Amino acid sequence: MSRSWAFTSNYLVYSALAVYAISFLAHALETAWAVKVPTDKNSTLDYKRTEKVARIATAMMILGFFLLFAGVIARGISAGRVPWGNMYEFSITGALAFSGAYLIALRKFDLRWLGLLVSISVLLTIGTAITVLYVPSAPLVPALKSEWLLIHVSTAIISGGVFLLSNVIAAAYLYLDRMESKGERTQWAKRLPDLESLDLLSYRLVAFVFPLWTFSVIAGAIWAESAWGRYWGWDPKETWAFITWVAYAAYLHARVTIGWRGRRAAWLCLFAGSTFLFNYIYVNIWGTGKHTYSGL
Amino acid sequence: MSQQTQIPELDSVGLLRYAWRQLTSMRTALILLLMVGVAAIPGSLFPQRTQNPLQVGQYFKDSPDAARWMDRFYLFDVYGSPWFSAIYILLFISLIGCVLPRTFEHFKAARALPPTTPKNLSRLEHHQSWSAQGNELELARKWFKAKRFRVLEVDGSISAEKGFTRETGNLFFHLALILILLGISFSSLFGMRGEAIVNVGERFVNTPTSYDTLNYGKLYKDSNIPSFMLTVDKFVAQYNVETSAPEDYTLDVSLLRDGSTTIEKKRIKVNSPMTIGSTRVYLQANGYAPVVTVRDSKGDVAFQGPVTFLPQDANLRSIGAIKVPDADPQIGFLGSFLPTYVREGANGGASAFPKALNPRLLLSVWSGDLGLDSGIPQSVYRIDTTGMKQIGLKGLKPGESYVYEGGSITFEGYVQWVNLNFVADPGKKLALLGGIVAILGLLASLFTRRRRIWIRVGDDVEVAGLAKNAAPGLELEIQGFVKMLKGEK
Repeated sequence: MSRSWAFTSNYLVYSALAVYAISFLAHALETAWAVKVPTDKNSTLDYKRTEKVARIATAMMILGFFLLFAGVIARGISAGRVPWGNMYEFSITGALAFSGAYLIALRKFDLRWLGLLVSISVLLTIGTAITVLYVPSAPLVPALKSEWLLIHVSTAIISGGVFLLSNVIAAAYLYLDRMESKGERTQWAKRLPDLESLDLLSYRLVAFVFPLWTFSVIAGAIWAESAWGRYWGWDPKETWAFITWVAYAAYLHARVTIGWRGRRAAWLCLFAGSTFLFNYIYVNIWGTGKHTYSGL
Repeated sequence: MSQQTQIPELDSVGLLRYAWRQLTSMRTALILLLMVGVAAIPGSLFPQRTQNPLQVGQYFKDSPDAARWMDRFYLFDVYGSPWFSAIYILLFISLIGCVLPRTFEHFKAARALPPTTPKNLSRLEHHQSWSAQGNELELARKWFKAKRFRVLEVDGSISAEKGFTRETGNLFFHLALILILLGISFSSLFGMRGEAIVNVGERFVNTPTSYDTLNYGKLYKDSNIPSFMLTVDKFVAQYNVETSAPEDYTLDVSLLRDGSTTIEKKRIKVNSPMTIGSTRVYLQANGYAPVVTVRDSKGDVAFQGPVTFLPQDANLRSIGAIKVPDADPQIGFLGSFLPTYVREGANGGASAFPKALNPRLLLSVWSGDLGLDSGIPQSVYRIDTTGMKQIGLKGLKPGESYVYEGGSITFEGYVQWVNLNFVADPGKKLALLGGIVAILGLLASLFTRRRRIWIRVGDDVEVAGLAKNAAPGLELEIQGFVKMLKGEK
C-alpha cells in the first residue's frame, strides 16, 4: 500500500519534471524569438508570434505545479505523515512553493518574463532532488512527530519560496539597471517591466512574507521547547534563521525608514536571500546540530 | 544674514547628548542590526561549548595554540561573549531610544484632530473635481464614518485621516522585541537546567546531588528545587525494521510529589514532556546498561550492578568501562555492548539492530593502576590504561562468565537507561507573549497605510488625497469614493 503510493509519487514527480522542462523550453523559445524578431533597429517588437508559445509555457507551468502537488501529496500518504521529513521532500515541496508563488503573483502582476528563470530554478531543484537527494519514503524519527512539523515547516517553505522569488526580481533589477546605465535596453529586455516596478515588487513580496517568516521562526521555537527542552539554543539552523530574519529586518528598515531604493536595496535583498539559501544548503548538508535528521 | 554656522562647543552634557543622538539614529540602528546578524555567524561555524563541549575539546587537542587564541576571542562561546553582548545591548538601547520618543509622539498625534483641508486641493495628488449636486458632504460624512476615518469638518470641507494602526503596530512590534529580551534575561537569572541518567526500574529523587550536570541562574537558589520523586517504570523504543531508525519512544514513570501520598502514573514522550509545577521533564536520550557481577579470586563479590554504556551508532553499539578499584591489583574492564550481535572482522563484532535481540558484551580486562588517585578527573566511560596491562579478552552472552587471572566477571543481563532533562524556564511565557505581539504588530504595520483624503464642496466638488511613503492603493480608494459621491456603482 504505502509502497505503491511511493511509486506513484515518484512517477508524478518525474512527470512534473518533464512538464516543467517543456515549460522551460517554451519560455526559452519565446525569449529567443523575441530577440530574433526585430528587422529594423527602432521598431518595437511584435509579440503576436510569441504569444502562443508564451501561453503554452504558462499552461505547462500550471500543469507541472499540479503534477508536483499530487506527487508531494502521494509522498505524504506513502509515509503516513506530512512530506517534510528529509531534504528530498523539502526540495520538491520548495520547488512547488516557488512555482506556486510565481503563479499566484502572475495573476496579479505581469510577470511572465520571469517564467524562464522560475522554470529553470524549479527544473534544477527537482532534478537535484531526484538524482542526489532521493531517499526512500519512511516514517519520521520521534522528535519530528508533532503537529508543529506541519506549521513550522510549511510556513518556512512558503516564506523561502517567496523570498527567492523576490530575490530573482531583485537580480533582474540589477541586471537591467546595469544594462540601462550603459545605454538603452536591448530589444528583448524592453518588454520587461520598468526598474521602478521591479524595485517595488521585490519589496512588496518581502514585506508580505516577512511576518510569515517571523511566525515560522517562533513556531519553531515553540516546537523546540517541547521537543528539546529549550526554545532557542543557537543550533546552526536556528542561528541562520535568525541571521535571515535580521537581514530582512534590516532590508525593511532601510527601505521604509531610511528610504533606500533601487540598487542598494536590491543588493541588500540579495544578501538576505542568500542567507536563506545558505541555511538550506550548507547547514542541511555540512552542518551539525539538532536540525540534521536521517542523513539529509 | 550671515552664512556662518555656529558650532557650539561640546561640554560633557553636550557630548553625551551627541553620543545619544548618534546611537539612536536610524543609520546606527541599521548598522547594529546587520552587525548582530554578522556576529552570529561564527557561532554556527565553530563548535560552541554550550552545545558541543566534546568537539571544542577536540579543537584544543588538535591545535592547542590556535584553539587558545580562538578562545581568547570567545569563538567557542559566541553568544555569551562580551562582544556579542555589546552589540545586542547597544542595539536594544538604540531601539529604546528610538521607540520611546516615537511612542509619546504617536500618542499625542493619535489624539489630535487631522489638519484642516489645504486651500489649494488641485495641487495635491489624485485631485478631481466636478460640479456639485448638493448632498456630497452628507454622503462623504457617512462614507468616512463607515470606513472609520478620523475627520475634521470646517466650512464645507472635510479633512479625513486613517491608518494610525500602522505606527501603533510598528511600536508594538519593537516593544515586543524588548519583551522577548526581558523573557530571555529572566530565564537566565531564575531558570535551571539539569540532566540525569536514570536506569529503568530505578528512582530519581530531585535534589542537586542526583544530577549528572546541573546549571542554574545567578538568582536561582538550591532551595528553589521542587522536591519530588520519580520512578522510571518502563521504557519502550520502537525501530524501523528496514532502516533501524527510531520510530517511537515511550517512557512511563511514577511521580510522587512533595507532601502527597498518592503516586501518579505519567507518560513522557519526545514531544510531550511532563510538567511538575514550574519544572518540565524531557526525555532526551536512551541506551543500555549491562548488569555485571565481578568476583575476586576467593569468589567474594567486588562489584555488582548495571553500568551505563554510551551509544555510538544508530544500532546502539555502546561502549563503557567497569572499574573495580577495591581489587588488588586494581581491575578495569573496557567494554562494548552489542544489542544485536553480528560477526564483523575489524571490531570483533557489530550491532545490526538497536533492539536487544542477541545481546553480547565484549570485554577487555586490564590489571594495574586505574589512576583514580591521581587527582585528574576521569571519564566514567573510559579507562586510562597507561599504568595497566591487558590480561584478557572475551565476548559474553547473558548468563555467561569469564574467569581471568585473579577473579571472574559474569554478564547477568542488561537494563535500559534514559537521559532526563529537567528544565525550569520562568521567562519563556514572557518571550512567547513577546513573539505573539511582535507578529501582530508586524501585520498591523506592514498591511495598513496611513493616508489622508480631503473633500471641499462649493459650486464644485473637489477631492484629493495623500498617502504617507507613497503607499499604493490610495488611487483605487479615491476612485471608489468619487464613484460613491457621484452615485455610480
